[in-house]
Amino acid sequence: MTIITFTLILLAGAYLAGLVGSLTGLGGGVVVIPLLTLVFHVDIRYAIGAALLASIANSSGAASAYIKEGITNIRLGMFLEIATTVGAVGGAIIAVYTPTNTIAILFGAILLFSAAMTLRKKNMEALTEGSKLSYKLKLNSSYPTKDGEVEYKLKNVGAGFSIMTLAGVLSGLLGIGSGALKVLAMDSAMHIPFKVSTTTSNFMIGVTAAASAVVYLQRGYMDPGIAFPVMLGVLGGAFTGSKLLTRMDPKVLKYIFCVAITFVAAEMIFNGYNHKF
Amino acid sequence: MKKILSKAFTADQDIEKLIGYLLRYGVITASLIVFIGGIIYLHQYQHSSIPAYHTFVGEQAGFTTISQIMSGVCSFNAKGIIQLGVLVLIATPILRIFFSLIGFILEKDRLYILITFVVLSVMMFSIFGGLKV
Repeated sequence: MTIITFTLILLAGAYLAGLVGSLTGLGGGVVVIPLLTLVFHVDIRYAIGAALLASIANSSGAASAYIKEGITNIRLGMFLEIATTVGAVGGAIIAVYTPTNTIAILFGAILLFSAAMTLRKKNMEALTEGSKLSYKLKLNSSYPTKDGEVEYKLKNVGAGFSIMTLAGVLSGLLGIGSGALKVLAMDSAMHIPFKVSTTTSNFMIGVTAAASAVVYLQRGYMDPGIAFPVMLGVLGGAFTGSKLLTRMDPKVLKYIFCVAITFVAAEMIFNGYNHKF
Repeated sequence: MKKILSKAFTADQDIEKLIGYLLRYGVITASLIVFIGGIIYLHQYQHSSIPAYHTFVGEQAGFTTISQIMSGVCSFNAKGIIQLGVLVLIATPILRIFFSLIGFILEKDRLYILITFVVLSVMMFSIFGGLKV
């Protein structure tokens, strides 16, 4: 295979990754890692480096559009980033000592569990009464919908914060954005409307990924020949996805989210079990 | 910078807008650099087959430090130019935290100045804190 063919296929795959990533809040690494490792048999370390870049590009590209529309909760994102960045640095430190196969299987199990939780519970309704801490931290806000501006409150700040720390650790360990866990923390634990959760998750992924990206760049995980088609493709996909999101039915979004999350979970468990990491 | 510090930018929504622009232009700049580097890269290697990515070379492949990347850019090396774009991309969310900090300072929101400062410190720790193993 010539470099041109490789680049073009990777570009198309990365575009798909960016599209799915921005629509679901999962981040771009989800499609990039299986594509690189299973189709092109690229070493997992290069895949992790590329996935991190995909996550940052996807996050920053989509987030700029969501912020403009006023859906993203910036204060909430900032507050929870304490948890994700500390987690990401911690994850990068323990990455050296942990067999990634074990972590991959565990991560897959958590993803499957969260997919089931998301299907059962629907958080389209905005809470009218928030917890004490949510007022103290000024986390309650509003977001635009078809029927005008909707106010929402949130609760279980502590639980959300804990899940975010775990999301950060897994992000540092595996080089993905851990968007699924971020959405789970905000959607299921803190009872935030789904659109706010996905967009705020997207907003935070960039910072979480950047926290470990510097370390991985220095370790030589980022190869220019892989990085450039991945970055450009994911960005194109992310911009398309962010345009689609405001026009889509939240229910459709939920199903896309669940299918995507189950796919990733199966992938992670399968590869972990076969010691492919 | 003058625009940012003017009073018109102190309202919450304007800061959000500013962060939105920062993310957008950071990403656009990064992708333009990567695009230019990528075109040169493809032009140079168009007939060669893909490198052996199934074996990990890591640091020996070069372009893993700022000085290596910069000297690569100066000598018009395609890989060096792509890595510069990668650096700009990684720097974008970090700059975003920094601008949020300025925003909260202008708002005199002490709680969020503290929160943002903590996040920024963690980022700095990961960059300079000897995490390189």
